[in-house]
Amino acid sequence: MFKKTGKFLIFFFTQFGQATEMIKDAFFWFRKSPLEVNQTLQQIVKIGVESVPVILMTGLFVGMVLALQAGNTMQNILSEPLYIGLLVSFSLVRELGPVLTAFVIAGRAGAAVTAEIGTMKVTEQIDALSTLGTNAIRYLVIPRLIAFTVSIPILTIFSDIMGIFGGFIVSVEGLGVPSSTYTNDITTYLGVDDLMHGLIKATVFAFTIGVICCYKGLNTRGGAEGVGKATTGAVVVSMVMILVIDYFLTAILHAFGV
Amino acid sequence: MIKIENLQKHFGPKHILNGVNLEIKNGEVTTIIGGSGTGKSTLIKCIIRLLEPDGGKILVDGKDITHINNEFQLAKLRKNFGYLFQEGALFDSLTVGENVTFGLKYLTDTPKSEYAKIAKEKLALVGLKDIEHLRPSELSGGMKKRVSLARVLATNPKVILYDEPTSGLDPIMSEIISQLILDLKKKLDVTSIVITHDMKSAFEISDTLAMLYEGKVQLAAPKEEFKRTQNPYVKQFIEGSANGPIQMKISN
Repeated sequence: MFKKTGKFLIFFFTQFGQATEMIKDAFFWFRKSPLEVNQTLQQIVKIGVESVPVILMTGLFVGMVLALQAGNTMQNILSEPLYIGLLVSFSLVRELGPVLTAFVIAGRAGAAVTAEIGTMKVTEQIDALSTLGTNAIRYLVIPRLIAFTVSIPILTIFSDIMGIFGGFIVSVEGLGVPSSTYTNDITTYLGVDDLMHGLIKATVFAFTIGVICCYKGLNTRGGAEGVGKATTGAVVVSMVMILVIDYFLTAILHAFGV
Repeated sequence: MIKIENLQKHFGPKHILNGVNLEIKNGEVTTIIGGSGTGKSTLIKCIIRLLEPDGGKILVDGKDITHINNEFQLAKLRKNFGYLFQEGALFDSLTVGENVTFGLKYLTDTPKSEYAKIAKEKLALVGLKDIEHLRPSELSGGMKKRVSLARVLATNPKVILYDEPTSGLDPIMSEIISQLILDLKKKLDVTSIVITHDMKSAFEISDTLAMLYEGKVQLAAPKEEFKRTQNPYVKQFIEGSANGPIQMKISN
């Protein structure tokens, strides 16, 4: 038991150290070399733009189900569906918007990033980058880190808006809440600090997913099987880390009054 | 000239290179032969510093490059080198034309307006034309190797490292690649280091041959001397015989 725990801890801290080293290298090359503009824009399209439909869909239905659950609960407790707009918008903007967007992007774009970099690693394309005067950090990692960090907060805003809209449809059409009541709930109680709370989380999640997926890709070993393992590992670790970071970040942001 | 002195490289407890000594003369084709896992690829990856040796020295024109760690100095060193990867290592996301001119942006000051011309020129040098718009996935194995060679040539390196250039190719394509290596030596006066299992190709293209076995150079000699050697390891490998010291060593 102790041996196993020890082995796990050594494995965890070794990977954590190597990933930190990768971040350090990324900052070094970000300062020292011109940005790969084309690569960065391509990645923003792949990670961000191409994820818009799935984010809009998930946002819409999460908002709808939140309104339905909140409405029915309020109906049971208070005999009328009160504060639906407040509950939906707060849950989405502060918590579910950033977390679910990060989950969807980790599964969709994060997996693709790890698979692409992992395949490049096992087919010596990463070595080829070095022999041709650049390197994987500069050409692959920095554009992807920027693309994740730019895209996820924007997608989170889209998800929030769609969720609030979904909640509106269910509240007004399904639960009979007057539309002005729903919107008043939001405009009265939801503040800029709530939006900031969600966007700070989204940015931290985005950077975390980028680091984990690039790191896993660059450390792929063992052909096609290795690429599969790295991809699964990247998605699982990203999702677990999102939830772990979410808890601590919420505590920290609350402590700072955000 | 590239001089390798007592080169050591290990991965964990496994000693791959265990004191390699070798001299590679400018303008010559030096072929390194040896069985699978004897460290041939490791050796040329140390020469281009994709791997850092654990001991010994690599001198390129008298300059010690063994432990250069500064990325900018490494890039400067690699300006003089080209590396032909075993499977080509072409970038899947780029077209053939973009692959060929990839290194120009990082290793030279060539204006972008000349990229298309250079791609055409270098592809013609390896016997290919009008394929700049294709993706690597649309090419055959032989074409991939030739495109990869065109990519190497685009930056005009002084030394080209070939990692098993004829492996996985049919005999005719192997012969074409061998002829290309000889042509490049004659036309461009480049120094070539080739690692291969293909003895026919090795004797065809080489000025000097060296055999790696158990992390050391068993014999390094000019082609004719190498052919006549009585060294039992080299003889067995050249003849491709199942009986001899190499197999005995394995069965022990």
